[in-house]
Amino acid sequence: MSARTLEPLADVEAATVEVYDVHKWYGAHRVLNGIDLTVRPGEVTVILGPSGSGKSTLLRVVNHLEKPEIGHVSINGELIGVKRQGDRLKELSERAILTQRGRIGFVFQNFNLFPHLTVLDNVAAAPVATGRLSKPEAQELARELLGRVGLGDRTGAYPRQLSGGQQQRVAIARALALRPGVILFDEPTSALDPELVGEVLAVIKDLATSGTTLVIVTHEIGFAREIADRVVFIDGGRIVEQGPPSEVLDRPRHERTRDFLSKVL
Amino acid sequence: MSEPPGATVALAEAPTADASSKQFAAQRVLPPRRPGRWIATAVVLVLAAQFLHGLTTNPFYQWDRFGYWFLRPNILDGLLITLEVAAYSAVLGLIGGIVLALARLSKSPVLRAVSWTYIWALRSIPLIVVLLFLYNFSALYKTLSVGVPFGPAFLSFDESKLATDMVVAVIGLSLNEAAYAAEVVRGGILSVDQGQHEAAAALGLPKSYQFTRIVFPQALRSITPNYVNQLIGLIKSTSLVFYVSLLDLFGTAQSMGSTYPGDIVPLLLVATVWYLILTSVVSVIQFYVERHYARGATRSLPPTPLQKLRTGLTDLRARVRREAAV
Repeated sequence: MSARTLEPLADVEAATVEVYDVHKWYGAHRVLNGIDLTVRPGEVTVILGPSGSGKSTLLRVVNHLEKPEIGHVSINGELIGVKRQGDRLKELSERAILTQRGRIGFVFQNFNLFPHLTVLDNVAAAPVATGRLSKPEAQELARELLGRVGLGDRTGAYPRQLSGGQQQRVAIARALALRPGVILFDEPTSALDPELVGEVLAVIKDLATSGTTLVIVTHEIGFAREIADRVVFIDGGRIVEQGPPSEVLDRPRHERTRDFLSKVL
Repeated sequence: MSEPPGATVALAEAPTADASSKQFAAQRVLPPRRPGRWIATAVVLVLAAQFLHGLTTNPFYQWDRFGYWFLRPNILDGLLITLEVAAYSAVLGLIGGIVLALARLSKSPVLRAVSWTYIWALRSIPLIVVLLFLYNFSALYKTLSVGVPFGPAFLSFDESKLATDMVVAVIGLSLNEAAYAAEVVRGGILSVDQGQHEAAAALGLPKSYQFTRIVFPQALRSITPNYVNQLIGLIKSTSLVFYVSLLDLFGTAQSMGSTYPGDIVPLLLVATVWYLILTSVVSVIQFYVERHYARGATRSLPPTPLQKLRTGLTDLRARVRREAAV
C-alpha cells in the first residue's frame, strides 16, 4: 500500500459527552450553577440562552479551556482535565490535558486562525505537531478536508485574504483534522456578515448528518430547529429546560424560555 | 483661479443634479495643488546645500586626512572588533532576553521573581560599571569553581586565563543587553492576540510548538523594530569596551587621535561614517526582516524600495503628462 486512503469522516467514532454537576465562578460572580448534561454519540445538541447565561463557559469547560470549581466532564467515560486520586479529583499535567484536547474539536466565534500560516498549514499543523501524521500525510488530509468545506482552491492563501465565512470554514476543517469524536461550536456565525452565515451553517449541517457528535452554542433559532436533536436552554448558569426542538422551541414549558424566544424570534 | 463663492453659485444654479453629474462623468479627479510643499522643498534644499558647502569647504574637517585614515588597517581592525563584540552580544543578549521574558511570563513565582530581579538590577546599573566590574572580577575571585557551596569543589578554572578582554566585553554587553531584550520580547509576546493562545491550546498543540511556531513568529512582528532599536544602541555602546582595554573602532580612533593630535577631527569623522554605515546596513536588514514577518498580517506585502521607486516614477510620468495636457 503506497497511498494511504483517508477514511470518510463518518467513520470517526462519535463520542459521548457527560457533564456532571459543573459549577464555575470568577470571584463572587457565579457563571455555572450545577450543570448536568449528557450528549449521546452522534447527537446534535444546540445550547441557547441569553448573553451572560454561561453557555460559552459551559462549552469551554468541556475541553478544559476553563477549569470547573466543582464537578467534572467526561468524554467516552474518560475524565477531562482531571484524574481520580482516591476519592478526590486532581488536576492533570498540562501535557496530558493538551493530549486530551487533541481529540476534541473546538470552533471559535472569531475563528482564531493562525494569520502567519497558509490555510493548508493551519489545517495540517495539529496532526503534525502532535506526531499523529507525517507532514505529507497531514497535508493530504488538509487538502481533503478543505475540499470538503468548499475551499479546495484556496489552500495557499493566508487567512486574512479570505472572507469571514471562508475563514470560519477553514477553522472547521482545522477542527476536523483532529479526527475528533465531538466538535464544539462557540457561536460560529456571530462574527459573520449576514450573507456569509449560510455557507458556514451548510458545512455544520453536513457534519450533523455525517454522525459526528456536535455541541453548538448559537443564536440561529431557525438553524437549531432544522438540525438539532436536542435543544438545551440555559439561564443564570442553570439548565432551564431541554428536549427536542419541537418541544423547547415550539411549546416551551418555562416562562423564561418563552420570554427569550419571543425576543429573538 | 479659485473662487469658492462662484463655484457654490454655479452648483446652486445647475438645473438638476443629473446634469451636473453628467458634466463630470468620465473625468479623473484632479489632485489639489500644494504650494506649501514646493516652498518647504526649496527651504530644505537651500539648507542642505549650505550644510554640504560647509562640510566640503571648511578646512577644519581635513577631508584629505579623512581619506588617509578611512581604510587604514588599524581602523579596520578596530571595526572588526566592534563587529565581533556587537554580533556576539546581540545573539547572546537576544537568547538571554527570550529566556528572561519566558521566565517573567511563566506560571512559576520563583522564575518570575528571579527574572524581575535580574532585569531590575541590570537596567539600574550603568553599562560602564558592569564592564569595569567584570574587568576587575579576576582580582575579586581568583578561581571559579563548580561545587557545593561551603563544600568541596568539583571543577575549577583559573579566572585570569578565562577572562580575556574580549570575553569580558562580550559578557558585560550581553548581560546588559539581555535585560533590555527581555522587555522587548515580553512586549512582543503580550502583543499576540489571546485568541491565538486559546486556539493553540484548544488544538492540543504541545507547549514548545505553541511558542516556537504560533506565538513567537507572530510576536516577532512587533519585536523586530524594537529589537533593532536596541541593536543600534548596542553597536554604539560597544565604544565603551575601550575602557576594558579593547581597541574597537572608537577606541582605535581615540588612541590614534592621541598619537596624532592634529588628526582628531578627521579620526572622529572616520568613526562616525563607519557607525553610519553599520546602522544603515542594520536598517536595510530590518526592512526585509519586517517584510518577512508581515506575511499573513496584511493582505499584501509592503513594496520593496525598488518597487516603490518604480511605481513612483510611473506616477510621476503620468502626472507630468496630465499636467502637460491641461
